[in-house]
Amino acid sequence: MTKPKEKPHLPLGLARRGFTGVIQHLAASRAGSALSDAELESRLIELGFVDGAKVEVLHEGIVGNDPIAVRVENVTIAVRRREAMAIIVA
Amino acid sequence: MHLALVGTPNSGKTALFNALTGSRQKVANYPGVTVERKEGSFVTPQGRQVSLIDLPGTYSLRGRSPDEEITRDVVLGRTSGEALPDLVLCVADSTNLRLTIRLLLELKSTGRPLVLVLNMFDIATRRGVSVDVAQLSDALGVPVATSIAVRKGGTFDLLRLTDELLEHAPGKPRENFWQPLGVPELRATQREADRIIAATVSLPARPDTWTARIDSVVLHPVGGLAILLLTLFIMFQAVFAWAQPLMESLSSSFEAIGQVIHETLPAGLLQSFLQNGVVSGVGSVIVFLPQIIIIFLFILLLEDFGYMARAAFLMDRIMGGAGLHGRAFIPLLSSFACAIPGIMATRVIDNRRDRLTTILIAPLMTCSARIPVYTLIISAFIPPKLIWGWINLQGLVMFGLYAAGIVSALGMSFLIKFFMWRDYQPAPFMLELPDYKMPRVRSVAIGVYTRAKMFLQRAGTTIFSMMVLIWFLASFPQPPEGATDPAINYSLAAAIGKTIAPLLLPVGFNWQIAVALIPGMAAREVAVAAIGTVYAIEGGKQAATQIGQVLTTKWSLATALSLLAWYIFAPQCASTLAVIRRETGSWRYVALTFIYMLTLAYLASLATYHIAVALGAG
Repeated sequence: MTKPKEKPHLPLGLARRGFTGVIQHLAASRAGSALSDAELESRLIELGFVDGAKVEVLHEGIVGNDPIAVRVENVTIAVRRREAMAIIVA
Repeated sequence: MHLALVGTPNSGKTALFNALTGSRQKVANYPGVTVERKEGSFVTPQGRQVSLIDLPGTYSLRGRSPDEEITRDVVLGRTSGEALPDLVLCVADSTNLRLTIRLLLELKSTGRPLVLVLNMFDIATRRGVSVDVAQLSDALGVPVATSIAVRKGGTFDLLRLTDELLEHAPGKPRENFWQPLGVPELRATQREADRIIAATVSLPARPDTWTARIDSVVLHPVGGLAILLLTLFIMFQAVFAWAQPLMESLSSSFEAIGQVIHETLPAGLLQSFLQNGVVSGVGSVIVFLPQIIIIFLFILLLEDFGYMARAAFLMDRIMGGAGLHGRAFIPLLSSFACAIPGIMATRVIDNRRDRLTTILIAPLMTCSARIPVYTLIISAFIPPKLIWGWINLQGLVMFGLYAAGIVSALGMSFLIKFFMWRDYQPAPFMLELPDYKMPRVRSVAIGVYTRAKMFLQRAGTTIFSMMVLIWFLASFPQPPEGATDPAINYSLAAAIGKTIAPLLLPVGFNWQIAVALIPGMAAREVAVAAIGTVYAIEGGKQAATQIGQVLTTKWSLATALSLLAWYIFAPQCASTLAVIRRETGSWRYVALTFIYMLTLAYLASLATYHIAVALGAG
């Protein structure tokens, strides 16, 4: 048994279609969203983006591959890449 | 007994509301806000009379928008004029409990008696989701009922439990120790929710394959856009073309009724009042019904199916460039047929400010009532010659008028965001894409019926009274004995027209146009007949060609072009203003629409007239 290789952390906002991973933590200050950090984190949590949740990028939008449709556990959420920068996954 | 429905968006809350209350629904706005208030009533199996209120969908009680504040305030009993609910029904989509359970844990701290309703329980079972209801109830400390809102008898379990709980109500009041949750508390409640779900619910290994399959086509960057455009095309066709025959037969029946009155009653005030005031007033309300029914049929079908959220996903960046919400495109598209169903359709936009922006710019879309005015003037003044051998100049002008409407609407949206809501940070696009569900005939039918009824009762009364007012202005005072001019020339409308005529002189309008604009407030196309009346041309609508010929001798090309420019922008539709009043609940937005459109119209006509005169068309 080899220890599974540690996956590099990256913001979900940079993930491409087909990416699967697990949320490590939220870092709203990295998002540059119009919302305050606390408000952005609150909204993301209310839509189920909490540490440990499994995510998969299902679809990308037409213009600039934005927004993205993300499967979070068993819910699909559409979110802009700018806000998704706050979600650190691996 | 007062019950309230609370739930996340897409929890099937509205379907459950429809199943419980049927068509016994009242839709209104909460006082002072553009938030829809839906109330209904039903009788429980044990004979309790219950009133049920459907609160706006929300993921938490933080109240991020006026809608969500309503939900919070009603649950906490902070809203004056709203009863504190005796029982709160928290509705969950059984296939997707995560977000609702978190909301429920937050609701528990308000101290209100609660029931968790596991809605769409049949779909969950079919998909292999199995819920240990008793254990879930224990873990939450809240009674749980299952429900299948769309099936007959599907609410039996819920009704039985409601009776049981109301029997013991009011128990000793529990204390409300809810307070706004910060990030750590939100995270903690979500963790707790996940823990409870892990212990009581077993999920299938694979998500809904149908939704995944449909989405792989519908959200495909190329195919998705093609499907969206096709959907919009069919909808536009339906509203524009399918409604047209119905609307024409409605308006000709009302004309026929008017004619009967005309023939049975002696000529005079009563005859004119009944024919031109009452019958045509009622007619001008009813005539909008086919469009409103068709547009809401489409919207409710797409919404219930789950496509609306996808369309917003596809359109987000494109609409966002103009500062509009992704969901604004359906109301704006409908406004090409008529701004009235378009403005009513803005109810699909949850955010109040995004909705108001859309309402304010919707009347700039070229509606079908402008077409008779455009065609009259274009065919009379613009020669049908070809440019570069293949572009018809008349068609080009028509296209230009449409394009001017769209471009100015986008520009206005920009200005509105900039000047009115500069302090306001637009809600970032974050939206749940629910699993696809087959729309139910009954639920859609109730929705369409409620909209139609609401339009007739609420907008209809205002439209009708405005029609009567316009009739009054165009008929009083009566012409003196032996008058030779058309009757309208002696009326208040003419007096007003002649008073404002000097103001309209700089844009190239003569007093006849100014007078015709007053009855033209009833509906844009009425201006055609009114111009005919002012120039004493008999024969009403059929005389359009004749009117055109007369106009070429009376107006310069510059005046005609100026009138076209006027009609792109001018708020020449009392019904639209009435609907804005009803939808926003305030005269402020009516005044704002009226003033900004009038300003745009005046400036556009002024520029058009002077440029045309300078180019030698005066």
